[in-house]
Amino acid sequence: MQKIEEMDIQSSADVVLVRQAVRQFAIEVGFGLVDQTKIVTAASELARNTLDYGGGGTVKLETLQEGGRRGLRLTFEDQGPGIADIEMALKDGFTTGGGLGMGLGGAKRLANEFEIESVVGEGTRVIVVRWR
Amino acid sequence: MERIAILQMGEFLLVTIQVDMHDRLAMTLQDDLTNRISQTHANGVLIDISALEIVDSFIGRILGNIAKMSRVMDAETVVVGMQPAVAITLVELGLSLTGIRTALNVEKGMALLRSSIGEPANAQAIATKWDAEDDAED
Amino acid sequence: MEMTHSSKIPEILKTHETELLSEWNQELLATNTRKGLIKEAELREECREFLKLLRSAAQSGNLSNVQATEWREVREMLTSISRSRSQKGFTPTETATFVFSFKRPLFDRLRQQLLDPAELGEEVWQATDLLDHLGLLVMEAYQKSREEVILRQQEELMELSTPVVKLWDGILALPIIGTLDSARTQVVMESLLQKIVETGSEVAIIDITGVPTVDTLTAQHLLKTVTAARLMGADCIISGIRPQIAQTIVYLGIDLTDVITKATLADAFLMALKRMGTTIARK
Repeated sequence: MQKIEEMDIQSSADVVLVRQAVRQFAIEVGFGLVDQTKIVTAASELARNTLDYGGGGTVKLETLQEGGRRGLRLTFEDQGPGIADIEMALKDGFTTGGGLGMGLGGAKRLANEFEIESVVGEGTRVIVVRWR
Repeated sequence: MERIAILQMGEFLLVTIQVDMHDRLAMTLQDDLTNRISQTHANGVLIDISALEIVDSFIGRILGNIAKMSRVMDAETVVVGMQPAVAITLVELGLSLTGIRTALNVEKGMALLRSSIGEPANAQAIATKWDAEDDAED
Repeated sequence: MEMTHSSKIPEILKTHETELLSEWNQELLATNTRKGLIKEAELREECREFLKLLRSAAQSGNLSNVQATEWREVREMLTSISRSRSQKGFTPTETATFVFSFKRPLFDRLRQQLLDPAELGEEVWQATDLLDHLGLLVMEAYQKSREEVILRQQEELMELSTPVVKLWDGILALPIIGTLDSARTQVVMESLLQKIVETGSEVAIIDITGVPTVDTLTAQHLLKTVTAARLMGADCIISGIRPQIAQTIVYLGIDLTDVITKATLADAFLMALKRMGTTIARK
């Protein structure tokens, strides 16, 4: 059965809660320890981006079933300033916030599917999927 | 306010991170540690992360900062006990944390700290050497 | 395909089933070169069953689309025959002959029953088309069951071929044999790192003597393993770099400067011992 949950990301304590919820979902989908760690780490990066650059937002967690395989989809949304140059933002080492600049690109490498949409002045949506 | 405990063991400081740290807690740890290094004149810092289930780029940055800051204050930092799944994920993330010294566990980390600050080779390494020579004679 | 007139084939299959079966049997038994692989009785039974299903499917009037529901039972039967043939060691040709050998008895029958050359031509075309499609189905099923075998063997190989062995107190070795692809590297990497934690080993030797070629991707995988081990506090040594591989690495511009490499496992072992503060002396 499909499981869906939506969470707010408004503080750095929320980021911790998102990590814990993603871990729980990943266990339910049957991910091994390494895959759990990868998707939780990706979620941590993206939740932090939502908070720091998007000014807060939401995440939707969904379990997926397609044919014989199971997966996990995370959708991060914010109504922040948006990203003007997505290609640049995906580059390692690029940062406007004083981090290592590995967040977006790193999250992309940790997921099987990665989608990003952003409109300047309206907000950003990032979707990551990891399959078992 | 919650804090992560910093223990003093002789000339070393020992930190065991056992909670899923939120970002501000990690920043506090960085502040606290640098303060303690200066107060205690510690020449080694050992950070045990064996209980950490993830290390993302933020925590990675904090660990790197601590290593760099303590080096400036003449203290070596060793990070010990990183779990395999965490290490694999970090590499995939694109972080290799160059500049941070690592060891498998607290004991080996202590030995590394001792040898790096110029103490005579630690007792354990000598023991290994003797054991090996005994074996070779058998 | 829209049919202008209804085909006589369903009718012929129905009224001449017995004769068709016996002629087909003779045809098949005459060409059966693998008497040891399948019993005559079994073959006869398969023919009888197939003809029965073919006849009943043909009664629908649809002779052009074997993917339709009325052909489901025929498809299932052919799939199971192909599967068992491929497991028994039949060649693709021998497997497909089962269907194609039915052409001659059927065409003979059509020639006897249809006197108008134009109608005969049309019906022969339809029969050819139908049997060709069924033959292709057989080939696909045969191919698929071979692929399943390959996949299963790959998985078994993967589990067999990643033994992490302890060489000395604190020294592990991982001899890799065969090609390293992404899936396998993941398994190798995880089992090596897990073993490092379990045994508290500070040095791990990855021996690639048995790896036929190293491309950029393989090298990247190896580098990732080395980096992950370093993050945990263990050093990796890569040994068994043959001359061709050394050349490839340089030509591909792969940077192994941060990695300790040794020509042989023995050299790597000696170095690991030295690092542990251990020496071996000959008496």
